[in-house]
Amino acid sequence: MKLRIGLGSCGIASGGKKVMELLKKETAHQGIKIEIESAGCIGMCFYEPILDLIDGDEIYTYGNVTEAIAEEIITSHVVNGKPLEHYIISSSKKPNPLMEKQVRIALKNCGHIDPEDIDAYLTNDGYMGLKKILDTMTPEQVIEEIKTSGLRGRGGAGFPTWFKWNAARQSKGDIKYIVCNADEGDPGAFMDRSVLEGDPHAVLEGMAISGYAIGANEGIIYVRAEYPLAIERLEIAIEQAVSRNMLGSNIMGSGFNFSIRIKKGAGAFVCGEETALIASLEGERGMPRLKPPFPAQSGYFAKPTNINNVETFANVPWIMLNGGSEYAALGTEKSKGTKVFALAGKIKNGGLVEVPMGMPLREVIYDIGGGIKADKQFKAVQMGGPSGGCIPAALLDTPVDYESITKTGAIMGSGGMVVMDEDTCMVDMARFFLDFTCKESCGKCIYCRIGTKRMLEILERICDGKGQETDLEELEELALSVKDGSLCGLGQTAPNPVLTTLKYFKDEYIAHIKDKKCPAKSCKNLLTYTIDAESCIGCGLCSRKCPVAAISGEKKQAHTIDGGKCIKCGKCLEVCKFKAVRLD
Amino acid sequence: MCDGCEKKMEQGFSEKEADLSRLDPVFREYEGKAGSVISILQKAQDLYGYLSLDVLRTIADRTGVKRAKVYGIATFYTQFRLKPVGRHIILQCQGTACHVNGSKAVSSALCEELGISPGDTTEDGMFTLEDVACLGCCSLAPVIMIDGEAYGKLTPDSARQIVRDIYKKEKEGANHEA
Ligand SMILES: Cc1cc2nc3c(=O)[nH]c(=O)nc-3n(C[C@H](O)[C@H](O)[C@H](O)COP(=O)(O)O)c2cc1C
Ligand code: FES
Repeated sequence: MKLRIGLGSCGIASGGKKVMELLKKETAHQGIKIEIESAGCIGMCFYEPILDLIDGDEIYTYGNVTEAIAEEIITSHVVNGKPLEHYIISSSKKPNPLMEKQVRIALKNCGHIDPEDIDAYLTNDGYMGLKKILDTMTPEQVIEEIKTSGLRGRGGAGFPTWFKWNAARQSKGDIKYIVCNADEGDPGAFMDRSVLEGDPHAVLEGMAISGYAIGANEGIIYVRAEYPLAIERLEIAIEQAVSRNMLGSNIMGSGFNFSIRIKKGAGAFVCGEETALIASLEGERGMPRLKPPFPAQSGYFAKPTNINNVETFANVPWIMLNGGSEYAALGTEKSKGTKVFALAGKIKNGGLVEVPMGMPLREVIYDIGGGIKADKQFKAVQMGGPSGGCIPAALLDTPVDYESITKTGAIMGSGGMVVMDEDTCMVDMARFFLDFTCKESCGKCIYCRIGTKRMLEILERICDGKGQETDLEELEELALSVKDGSLCGLGQTAPNPVLTTLKYFKDEYIAHIKDKKCPAKSCKNLLTYTIDAESCIGCGLCSRKCPVAAISGEKKQAHTIDGGKCIKCGKCLEVCKFKAVRLD
Repeated sequence: MCDGCEKKMEQGFSEKEADLSRLDPVFREYEGKAGSVISILQKAQDLYGYLSLDVLRTIADRTGVKRAKVYGIATFYTQFRLKPVGRHIILQCQGTACHVNGSKAVSSALCEELGISPGDTTEDGMFTLEDVACLGCCSLAPVIMIDGEAYGKLTPDSARQIVRDIYKKEKEGANHEA
């Protein structure tokens, strides 16, 4: 028997470490000999902390494990062999339906192996893909295999991976580099973090295979500094891989040398863009530059450089081991294989899922994601982060593949899906993203630097109830100019959140501008708080809690709110026990 | 940059005498390695908690990179701080998932509790409050991270409580020492 506890960032934040400590203490105290190990995130973050009990071939997965439940598990299941059915969320006999619809390639080990133990990776075919190509394939054959697989970049643009590898291979020069883009800048996405935390060796192996294919001997991983745990696990993984000669010189006796180092990002969204990332690696301000030359021709210190995303690399070992056609058998005609999505926002089952390309959005959100929290009304799903857009309910049957998503005005992006319900204001969402891109613009292009600022000002005005009828036209015009007048993807795509909300939720904009109302009741300045005289019993609680003394009334009489003084903090609504405060 | 500008810029810094020799091992580690300014700045910030004018100057002089450039790099990236920080750093996530799940209310509760706005440090030097774009724990939104540890599924009240608990622990520690 063995215990395994999920200690990704989400597991730790949910109290996983405390459970781990308790398990260790209790088992030691009772003299029970049992192995207790940690694993990465299995993706069902809403069930964290998650505890697996492995008994021979049987795996029992417990969800939402508190210290008290952990104690029960020890007494009942570990000691007496009686599983606690009501806490079990998945078992070998009765797998969780959430997992059944998924096809896991990039995430195949996440949550199942101890990421800090290379042997766990090795016993799950780890480094076999690398061994296979070093033993039996030429670099050209490797690239051909990637071509067969149809793998496209998972970092956002969906560029064919084989093409980039081939370009880097063809580029002249004896020094070449592999760079792994782990900057994961889309706020609301965490695919790459989970892969790095849960299965770091898969990324290292993918990079080494890519290095062999293009003729590079050095790899660099650019990780954002906000991911301390991912960095720590990568460091451990690199050290172990070197000690087993899976990395380093003369790997597995093949004569191929490949080393990997980590570079920590310093917090700049634009550094996810490949040319800015290279500038940052070189120790400069992370400003994008014009392409061509592409990094494959002139990248890190002007040497041919192949940059891929974390998830792209994580798919590579599987493809090498199982063959490109096996991978291409999954997905749609133009978008092959699987894609990892991070489900967040107003969704019931927030977490990570990996599905074959082409699955309709509805299936991802409702069948796997469990639908909307508190069974509210679905309004939109945001895909592609600040570069993407909001897809409305009417388009929920859109299949998730690069082309179909782009047609909606959003983009596939790196895989963040933030779900919004009736309480989310779409104008505020557009404002939110513009605020983000405006702050993150590196300032090189005038349209991106100032145009986004002007767009933000208009959106702020609309949210404040000061919008004018001409605003929408101006907004659209500016959006198109910013798209045209920017050099890199940041500016070119910054208007997307505005354009898609204008396209699908124009009525909300109009309600803000004409009626001075926020239909989602989210924009503070457009709200009015009143007290319903019928329901108010005059307990006086709201008036005592009001921070600006805007509420008055005699004891046991209906109270009133002075609209002039009210700062719309919502405290009265929060404290009233009689539902007498109205919000319009 | 003219002398006047340089003076003005320098006044923007917060000055405290720092032991600059602590940087020596860092310079040794990166000696002769091109493009290491960011890594050096990161290590310096780890050592001192922030980047003072003296530290920036020393880095420029020792690496041979122009002072203006070092300053340019230090101000480009949000990670770098030019002001001293409190004992505990609270990163409050303002990412998409957290925004949709009520990070604004959590954020104003924290500002109220601490009496500071994002980017500032409490007068007693206990807490620094900072906005970040995403902590990667989006499924637990809204999220804050204190000293590298993430706290999820917050409400305005639970966020206040977390801060109060840390205050309490600090006070107990102080009493213990006294
Ligand atoms: C503003 C901007 C931000 C980006 N951020 C990321 C990122 O965080 N992670 C990533 O992998 N790619 C990001 N990209 C895409 C990269 O430029 C590049 O296309 C990608 O790393 C290539 O890898 P792939 O072919 O494996 O997708 C970003 C692009 C732009 C324009
Ligand atoms: S959006 Fe807050 S943790 Fe990702």
